[in-house]
Amino acid sequence: MTSTNPTLTPAGGRKAPPAGRPAARRSSTRAAETRRKWYEIIGLTTPAIVVYVMFVLVPMGFAVYYSLYRWRGVGPPTDFVGFDNYVLAFQDPIFLDALRNNAIIVVGSLVIQGPIALGIALLLNRRFRGRTVFRLLVFVPYVLAEVTVGIMWKLLLTGGGTFDALLRSLGLGGLVQAWLADLHVVIWTLLVILTWKYVGFAIILLLAGLSNVPQELNEAAAIDGASWWQTQRHVTLPLLGPTIRIWMFLSIIGSLQVFDVIWVTSVPAVRSLGASATMATYMVDNGFFARLWGYGNAVAVILFVISFVAALLFQRFLLRRDIEGAITGKVK
Amino acid sequence: MAVKRRAGAVLALVTTGVLLVAGCGGGGDEEPAENELYKNPVTLTWWHNASQDGPGKTYWEKVAKDFSALHPTVTIKAEGIETNQLQRTRLPAALLSSDPPDIFQSWGGGEIREQVEADYLKDITDQVKDEVANIGSAAEIWQAGGKQYGLPYRMGIEGIWYNKDMFARAGIAAPPTTFDELNDAVTKLKAINVIPIAVGAGDKWPAAHWWYNFALRACSVDTLKKASTDLSFDDQCFVKAGQDLKSFIDTKPFQPNFIATPGQNDPTSANGLLANGKAAMELMGDWNRGTLDTVATDKAALGKFLGWFPVPAIAGSAGDPKAALGGGDGFACAKNAPAECVEFLKYLVSPEVQKGYAETGTGLPVTKGADAGISDPALKSILTATSSATYLQLWLDTAFGSTVGNAMNDAIVAIFAGNGTPEQVVSAMKAAAKK
Repeated sequence: MTSTNPTLTPAGGRKAPPAGRPAARRSSTRAAETRRKWYEIIGLTTPAIVVYVMFVLVPMGFAVYYSLYRWRGVGPPTDFVGFDNYVLAFQDPIFLDALRNNAIIVVGSLVIQGPIALGIALLLNRRFRGRTVFRLLVFVPYVLAEVTVGIMWKLLLTGGGTFDALLRSLGLGGLVQAWLADLHVVIWTLLVILTWKYVGFAIILLLAGLSNVPQELNEAAAIDGASWWQTQRHVTLPLLGPTIRIWMFLSIIGSLQVFDVIWVTSVPAVRSLGASATMATYMVDNGFFARLWGYGNAVAVILFVISFVAALLFQRFLLRRDIEGAITGKVK
Repeated sequence: MAVKRRAGAVLALVTTGVLLVAGCGGGGDEEPAENELYKNPVTLTWWHNASQDGPGKTYWEKVAKDFSALHPTVTIKAEGIETNQLQRTRLPAALLSSDPPDIFQSWGGGEIREQVEADYLKDITDQVKDEVANIGSAAEIWQAGGKQYGLPYRMGIEGIWYNKDMFARAGIAAPPTTFDELNDAVTKLKAINVIPIAVGAGDKWPAAHWWYNFALRACSVDTLKKASTDLSFDDQCFVKAGQDLKSFIDTKPFQPNFIATPGQNDPTSANGLLANGKAAMELMGDWNRGTLDTVATDKAALGKFLGWFPVPAIAGSAGDPKAALGGGDGFACAKNAPAECVEFLKYLVSPEVQKGYAETGTGLPVTKGADAGISDPALKSILTATSSATYLQLWLDTAFGSTVGNAMNDAIVAIFAGNGTPEQVVSAMKAAAKK
């Protein structure tokens, strides 16, 4: 073992190490490098881990702990009740209403936003005058703050407000409803508002996915005589699969946890009757307003478990294909 | 390079550590010095609910400044927080921590009893004997177990605010004194095409207050007192209250779509309907004079047409016809607050501060001798009615505590929405009492 390539020794004006103990030197360098690598790993991840533990894991642990107590937030929790709070939640018809509303929002968002977003994204992917402006406009609702959106729609939909006036001027006065107060109508009103708010997000995701579809494939299809529609159906859509699935995933989780828009737009009375409650608004109404802190935590844990299970199932059955690269394999 | 990176990592670690320590520490540095009043500089943190810009907030700022001028060792750090946020989240969380505000908003009733049980509050019984004697029975709302833990600065009973011009146009000679007369008035007001009564059922409590008044008429004073302390609602009068409410709603006295109408703070609210000449009546507390002003487009006109009368009696009912529902706002001191806190509390209810408070028109003062500050005729009639009431029942949702109160209000709103029954209100209250 003679001295190896001198160009490999570190620069920086340091003298080349004396020959004779090269093996020892190299192993110590390797050890130093390993050590440094670990310092870097620890140094770079520690802040993130500390924040994650402090603000995610610890609060989650506390939520589970508090959920086992009958506790009104006054003094430390002492009245241990086991799983009573969980049983109470599933016995409360209003909580079951909230679950049903969440289900409506999950399914409704997928079924309504999906096709709309896909159509608009395909349209915006073509070249036409004013495309940039149109893209911008479509994305505006998503950029607006939830509270702003909520208040805006509340003002538009208030009894005898702008929306009702618009319907009447179109001769559709018969369609006027108590949009935010009718117990059977309100959840559908909210679904429309949520669709308006979040469809822009789906469109942007799909546009990003579309920009990854190689132009050559479209050209090849065109040469083979495929129409625009056929190209979209058999080339573009399959290649958009991963993007669509990621959007579905985000949409489902968002729909399960939806809070802000519902909280701001819906009327407290209507919410407490179950007509416009979601799991998250139910949690706040009961946790803070009825001051049932233990019970509120139990609802939080239920919400977490439902979202977590939904996420796991989705990853297991739908996202796995993307992670394994099944699509790209097929295209090759 | 390596050295630099390592230093960066260490720095990040140290920073995180410092943040952690800072987050967990805090507090514990304020030790009360009971006997040395005004000797050492102290800072009092004061959380009140006058969060919106207006005469209320401005007045509290002035009061804090005046007190510091009188006692230069005391600095007051006041913070106005919206009532719901203050009562539901900020205050409970702060009281659980080791560093609560020194003096804060207190609503009395079931809540103050819970706070005393958790040992959050300073017992001020001995220091405020004179003030309590001056305020009278209203001070009892801020007592628990016979001891005084807070003092009110505003107190009033609720009644019906009405539009005198509309009553004249509809040919209603005098404000109704019984529910039969009220029903007559409703019919007459419908004939001139105005909304007889505005109710902000969207916010729940304005609707629930109708039930409270029916309960006050249906239940004896003893039953109500027992319900507040034992949370027992077995008496049939609570069902009767719901039945009376249901038949009253069936006469359609309220504006259409009342389930979506907010109570106050917005032109489309029940307040807005009355203040802007669209509705003839509204059931609301004494603070309404100020909140009506904020939504009125023509304040001068409002001042002219606005009148007030007590909630009518129901002929042949078990309740005391001269009993009234009311409530107030007060302040309490945290257990470990400096002794100056109690002095500031006493200052807040002193006649001169109370007189200035009355002049802001945001509510009725509690101290005798401060009534001179009231000029509004509607507020004057409330003051007369308050002093002639034989029994003052605290708002039921405050008296029963948040948990029962919330369940009760929800169930009452269900009656308003047409899908609840009088029996369900009582069973919801009983179930909540066990939660």
